[in-house]
Amino acid sequence: MLKKLKTDVSLFITFMKIGAFTFGGGYAMIPLIERELVENKKWLSGGDLLEIVAIAESTPGPVAVNAATFAGKRLGGFFGAVCATLGVVLPSFIIILALSAALRRFEALPAVRFAFRGVRAGVLALILKALFSMYRQCPKGAASYALMGLSFVLTAFFGAPVIAVIIGCGAFGLVRALTGRRMA
Amino acid sequence: MILLELLWTFLKIGAFTFGGGYAMLPLIQQEVAAHGWLSAAELVNFVAVSESTPGPFAVNIATYVGAETAGAAGAVCATLGVTLPSFIVILIVAGSYERFKNSSAVRGCMSGLRPAVVGLIASAAVSVGKTALFPAGFSAEALLSPDTLGAAAVFALSLLFAAKKLHPIIIICLSAAIGVCLGFAGL
Repeated sequence: MLKKLKTDVSLFITFMKIGAFTFGGGYAMIPLIERELVENKKWLSGGDLLEIVAIAESTPGPVAVNAATFAGKRLGGFFGAVCATLGVVLPSFIIILALSAALRRFEALPAVRFAFRGVRAGVLALILKALFSMYRQCPKGAASYALMGLSFVLTAFFGAPVIAVIIGCGAFGLVRALTGRRMA
Repeated sequence: MILLELLWTFLKIGAFTFGGGYAMLPLIQQEVAAHGWLSAAELVNFVAVSESTPGPFAVNIATYVGAETAGAAGAVCATLGVTLPSFIVILIVAGSYERFKNSSAVRGCMSGLRPAVVGLIASAAVSVGKTALFPAGFSAEALLSPDTLGAAAVFALSLLFAAKKLHPIIIICLSAAIGVCLGFAGL
């Protein structure tokens, strides 16, 4: 009982550290998870970590939350999952909550306005970079290009609901897989 | 009821985004614009804030939109909403992940979703591009305005930094600094 509680507290603290020290979220946190859970605590093996990444990729939601819930559940059952997830979310929650009040207050200053104008152009560059690397990792082939093009055109130029596009593309892949055709 | 609306909207966002990060942007854009919670420019500003603060983007944006629309209670509801779907799905999958991972149905779905995510990010890039580079539209006058010229200069430099593999936070800081310099120089 006491040991269980210790595991849960330890999960909470470890994932709070991970949540507090990964910027940009997502895959940025994988190396930190590796250091904390595989090397320091030896709670997971390197193979486990690869599995966590694979699972996080094929389930919805932020990768950080997926990984925390998965690791928490493996190590401490349901309550462990709650502790790990709460831990990973809490730092951003507190920081953003504190920041949101300040953001509004400073927005009107000319310097801040100019800074954000520059930053928006910088973000565009970051998104294009992410787009490029996602494209390179994506399986290629006629069907794959068709889905890419279709989801782009439908959402960018026809205002199609994103959720419908996601369901449609998922269903398309599913039907192709079940009818035995591989998507190249 | 604003709290329920926040919870429900972010439940949808949490349940229908795969891959995390920028892949979530198009759905967030659509939902946030439909409710009038943030303007297009405010959303892009916040992407930069989120890159420079710790934690996953989805959680950051949920907390921010929640706090802006309904205070601390709103932040709790939105964050709970965006987290809950992954939490539940992972709890279900964790016990049988071998089967889940190797199931042809899951692989099939993902083979359709991965290209879709690429298309969706491209669509996010178009709308962020409009917001960042052409805030006043596409008329000749707007194209030659200091807003567009200044933003284009920052964008070109940022692309160069990104190609040089500078860290995203450094790119954001540099683009902010260049933006301030250009702004006070009248561009």
